[in-house]
Amino acid sequence: MTREKSSASLSGAFYALLRRDLLLAFRRRTELLFPVIFLLVVVSLFPLGIGPGPQLLARIAPGVIWIAALLATVISLDGLFRSDFEDGTLEQFVISGHPLTLISLAKICAHWLVAGLPIVLLCPLLALWMNLPVESLGVLMLTLALGTPVLSLIGSIGVGLTISLKRGGQLLSLLVFPLYVPILIIATAAVMAASDGLPYTQFLGLLTAGLITSVTLAPFAAAAALKISLS
Amino acid sequence: MTTETAIQNKPRKNALVMFIHKMGSPPWFYNFSGKLVPWLWAVFCSLAAWALYLGLFKAPADYLQGESFRIMYIHVPSAWMSMMIYTSMAIMGFIALVWRIRIVEVLAMSSAPVGAAFTFVALASGSLWGRPTWGTYWVWDARLTSELVLLFLYLGVIGLYNAIDEPRKAARAACLLAIVGAVNLPIIHYSVKWWNTLHQGSSISVTGGSNIDPSMLWPLLIMALAVKFYYGANLLTRARVRLLEQDKRKAWVRKVIGEDKS
Repeated sequence: MTREKSSASLSGAFYALLRRDLLLAFRRRTELLFPVIFLLVVVSLFPLGIGPGPQLLARIAPGVIWIAALLATVISLDGLFRSDFEDGTLEQFVISGHPLTLISLAKICAHWLVAGLPIVLLCPLLALWMNLPVESLGVLMLTLALGTPVLSLIGSIGVGLTISLKRGGQLLSLLVFPLYVPILIIATAAVMAASDGLPYTQFLGLLTAGLITSVTLAPFAAAAALKISLS
Repeated sequence: MTTETAIQNKPRKNALVMFIHKMGSPPWFYNFSGKLVPWLWAVFCSLAAWALYLGLFKAPADYLQGESFRIMYIHVPSAWMSMMIYTSMAIMGFIALVWRIRIVEVLAMSSAPVGAAFTFVALASGSLWGRPTWGTYWVWDARLTSELVLLFLYLGVIGLYNAIDEPRKAARAACLLAIVGAVNLPIIHYSVKWWNTLHQGSSISVTGGSNIDPSMLWPLLIMALAVKFYYGANLLTRARVRLLEQDKRKAWVRKVIGEDKS
């Protein structure tokens, strides 16, 4: 009986927090747009810097779009726990009795919906700019859909560790970029394989494995990091 | 508290437990490591001198690479150490987070600069070795790349530790980062390895062949052993200084410094 009650309140807390975070994000719409605009600007800089040759652009398109997605994610990550940390809400979450892991997971989900999903939805436009073959667009979208949650999940650990610092954002990129290396490699390899007409499902499988692993482990690490930062 | 009294009641029965227990106390650790450090330095110096003598004067020149292969005696032990120190740092970080032993926190954090230095030496010597053998200073070879990522991981740990003012909180945060990095390190290593074969094909093999003549192999093994003593000596020296700094207002440090003056 009590068990059922507590599990109900767990999912209740999860959805309540998710709803609250999404609501807060949509009340601050301009802030919501910054990472997206950043993504567009970064990708548009590449043709300007490298030259408009369609073949070269198509060749580097997966890498450029993915690196831009990494940068945009890191830019948006700082907001994941920042405002809750500064006004003391995070401490209230800790003493609320709900596991901090669950709270982190809810906040990570909200972050992905706000910062990761727009990247996935925008990628047809980016692919168009970068002259990516239409056949590989679907694969690019799939890799982004599977990979950007991992970026949010791993990034949450870095944010948890740097949250108590005033200028944590600069350190954050140093902490998380090395951890993003495998995702970048596998995702771009999938798109390149698709462009070359090679099989690519194994890469998507690896990305899914990465997603499952990080969903199960990263919230615990993020919660531990937050506890250290709040101590 | 109960375990402490239990240990104190029967100190002779488990000497090892007693020893580990005592090592958790900063003054005891400081004194013990102070006795150990000169020996570690001495063993390191003699082993390294022996290995360098064998490697630089006794070992014959490589038939393919000439004299330049002798960089191996610095490069390979450094690369091994860079991996080993990260592993030991992560294990110590785990112990520090679970049992909250301050000495282990200090040791884990003192490992990071040593490991970063070894990683840098491995990268720099590898780059210098690459010039005569591969014709270029830098190749996006799988090992070089994962070594570079390892350096970034070390820099992240050091950066995080230095950014947080309170030493214990900083150590705990950096220990957690070290553990996360250690979980990721194999994944990074294999993904980079596999990325390299995918993108440019492995035209270069770093080791060449596994058949090394004993006269070339022995100096390498002795050097590999010597740098472990270097790690121990450097680690303990750093940890001692860090402990003095953290405990500078405590009685035992005053006593130690007073003794040094007289």
